Amino acid sequence: MTHAESQIDIYPFADEAEERRYKGLIEEFRCPKCLNTNLAGSDAPIAKDLRGTVYRLQVSEGYSDQQIRDYLRERYGDFVLYDPPFSAQTWYIWITPIGIGLLALAIVGRLLSRARKQTSVVLSDADRGRIASLLGEK
Amino acid sequence: MSRASLFLPLGIFISILALGYLGFSLDARNQLPSALLGKPFPEFSATLLLQPGVKITKAELLGRPVLVNVWATWCPTCKSEHEQLMRIAAETDVLMVGVDYKDTPERATQWLVQYGNPYDYVLDDRDGSLGIELGVYGAPETFLLNAAGEVVYKRVGDINLRIWENELVPRFEALEIEMRGQSGAGR
Repeated sequence: MTHAESQIDIYPFADEAEERRYKGLIEEFRCPKCLNTNLAGSDAPIAKDLRGTVYRLQVSEGYSDQQIRDYLRERYGDFVLYDPPFSAQTWYIWITPIGIGLLALAIVGRLLSRARKQTSVVLSDADRGRIASLLGEK
Repeated sequence: MSRASLFLPLGIFISILALGYLGFSLDARNQLPSALLGKPFPEFSATLLLQPGVKITKAELLGRPVLVNVWATWCPTCKSEHEQLMRIAAETDVLMVGVDYKDTPERATQWLVQYGNPYDYVLDDRDGSLGIELGVYGAPETFLLNAAGEVVYKRVGDINLRIWENELVPRFEALEIEMRGQSGAGR
């Protein structure tokens, strides 16, 4: 098999909607062999096999999108979904941005309240005289 | 605000550096956690490579720890781990199952004749469908199953002496103690 051939899968679809659905699905899943390529964009052999699997599940087995998602997730884990669920392993990637946001809010709030607390000082004539003498303007 | 707080931006900067360092150094790209860990090995029915008329199923693997090794003749790392697999087969009585993944049966048979066959069973998975059931995305990959047929460990990459001694032997020992405990309780 040549390289060029390996990138083209020819699958027949009943109509355009089915084909769009298939293309949407292979765009959605991440290739397990690659770090940041989806099934559609990868020419790794496993990506080709999984495109075939998505096609089979969708067209021959009549799976819904969610059933196909669950099928791949049961076998390849959350990695294949670009959308990690909140779990014991992933909580920190969800919490960190919220935490940083709250921290930023707290800092801004503190700065604002401190700025508001600065009251203007009323100088007495004695004070003015003292300042003038310190500045040598007597 | 105290003088110490002037160092806050520096502190934040250093923690960003530390995060980046950790992020890149922990990037074990071939260590995708298996979705099967702690779960039952999938049901299957596969033809034996060396006896094409015979099929085996998961039932044949139950009742003792099993090492399932996914390999192929097109995989150079499989060649480099083969010697260690031969040693494991020679030195232990572990049940070893090979999954010949997306391979040509003739080449695979030739390989086993030439380099030796460490497996009790070799399953012919030439279309890679069993591989998909197992969440395999390359070769070699190795699974350790307990007597109940659950996946207790998965290794992506080669089985070498270090992995065998540090990762697999302790787990085998734990599984054997577990089994002895259960059979003892049953009596």
